Amino acid sequence: MYQDKLRELLSKHGKLSVDAHGLETESDLYEAGLTSLTTVNLMLAIEDEFDVEFSDSMLSRKTFQSIGALCDALEELLD
Amino acid sequence: MSDSRQGSRFRTYTEIVELVETLGKGVVEQHASDVDDKARFPEEAFAAFKEARLLSAMVPQSLGGDGLNIKQLCKLCEILGQYCASTAMVYAMHQIQVACLVNHALTSSYFQQYLADLVEHQYLLASATTELGIGGDLRSSICGLELEGDNFKLVKQAPVISYALNADAILVTCRANTDAAASDQVHVLVKTKKCEFEQIAGWDTLGFRGTCSSGYTLTAAGHVEQVIPAPFATILSKSMHPVSHVLWGSLWTGLAASAVKKARQAVRHAYRKNPDMPPVTSLRLSEVDELLFSMRGGLYQSIEEYQGLLDGDCDDAFTNFGFSIRTNNVKLRCSEMVVDIVGKALMIVGIMGYKNDSPVSLSRHIRDAYGAALMVNNDRIRGHNATMQIAMRDS
Ligand SMILES: Cc1cc2nc3c(=O)[nH]c(=O)nc-3n(C[C@H](O)[C@H](O)[C@H](O)COP(=O)(O)OP(=O)(O)OC[C@H]3O[C@@H](n4cnc5c(N)ncnc54)[C@H](O)[C@@H]3O)c2cc1C
Repeated sequence: MYQDKLRELLSKHGKLSVDAHGLETESDLYEAGLTSLTTVNLMLAIEDEFDVEFSDSMLSRKTFQSIGALCDALEELLD
Repeated sequence: MSDSRQGSRFRTYTEIVELVETLGKGVVEQHASDVDDKARFPEEAFAAFKEARLLSAMVPQSLGGDGLNIKQLCKLCEILGQYCASTAMVYAMHQIQVACLVNHALTSSYFQQYLADLVEHQYLLASATTELGIGGDLRSSICGLELEGDNFKLVKQAPVISYALNADAILVTCRANTDAAASDQVHVLVKTKKCEFEQIAGWDTLGFRGTCSSGYTLTAAGHVEQVIPAPFATILSKSMHPVSHVLWGSLWTGLAASAVKKARQAVRHAYRKNPDMPPVTSLRLSEVDELLFSMRGGLYQSIEEYQGLLDGDCDDAFTNFGFSIRTNNVKLRCSEMVVDIVGKALMIVGIMGYKNDSPVSLSRHIRDAYGAALMVNNDRIRGHNATMQIAMRDS
């Protein structure tokens, strides 16, 4: 349910080589051009938007791998 | 005997450590100066290592190797680093490549056979990641596999490949194919007998002269089964990155320890001459020993963490920002502390350490030490950490 917002943040901060709105839920964001720098920018934007804090243990490739993975992480944080 | 068994049992880790100590004090140290002077490959040491089957130390016992883990390999590199940092560096670089194969290629029957052959023939493996136009950025390549059916051709402009001409095979990073994105990389094993090397740069350097890290245009050909069956990003995060940092850190610690040892000899010598007055240098020795203590402490902590993650079999942990930062920290700290420590050791040893022809010369130590921060430039590594630090809440 956060997918639309996440896609919006991704297209603003992810600097992907493709349109974030056209990505499948499980498409690999790193293959789409996400880097460590853009991961950090995306994370900060998500934190601001949803007023959450990512724990250090969540900061790994798996969390940011796809829109689906990001949704799961966000749901966990908003719980 | 085609494996490391002696009679009906495998040799123990303790036996291997003793063997490496003996070779270190013997053949490695004997030729260290000449290797450095002539910037030549440490061939006597490697002939002895092959004879002692040390190139397969990390290959699983089921394939005939010793099955040592990373923590044990680190100890061997620390020992060798005390006697000749170039020899230790070549040994470490070989083991980094073996670790990549052992951790990521054993699902392939081709690589199982290759590692069994490595045990039998004691193959030496080199690495070509650095590329002209890209430098030390491991996650991008310009060159790509030119595929034709099941065969490939590959041309890489490699400004630095250590001991390329003494190696049996080279693990090369490149794009998955010529149309792939720069970060869509594979790690492929090419056999040097089937490669052409056109030298583009020499290796007349300040230190690490025995690594013979000249540059080449490497032209290779082979079969697609020589591509490691895992994405390079995974190989890098789980194996190449952490293994190289802890093995390098270990041999630099050996190098630092050896400088401190020379300082210690000098202090004792001074004290013997004048037993009534504790020399100022003994205070300096205490100080430099504290630095070595910190260097080793950080290194061992990092080795423990990495070995724990490998034993725990939790693949996600290797891409965790905290783990990556700490893995970088160990490289950054060790490579800078080694310079500080050998410099302080020189102050203690004094003029005899400054001379090239004295038995307590520190010339090679100092020159080698300065190479550590450049092997993938520390500023580049710090740059990665700086990005990740923004996201972290705790250290
Ligand atoms: C003894 C030795 C053996 C080696 N053996 C091999 C080998 O077998 N195979 C192999 O492939 N390579 C080898 N190398 C090469 C090594 O791994 C590096 O690729 C090489 O030193 C170039 O590193 P670099 O591009 O990081 O830095 P340099 O070329 O030294 O970079 C130049 C400058 O640019 C800066 N810089 C560049 N990019 C960035 C960035 N993104 N962020 C911040 N600063 C940046 C650096 O800080 C530095 O100041 C060896 C090097 C040494 C010293």
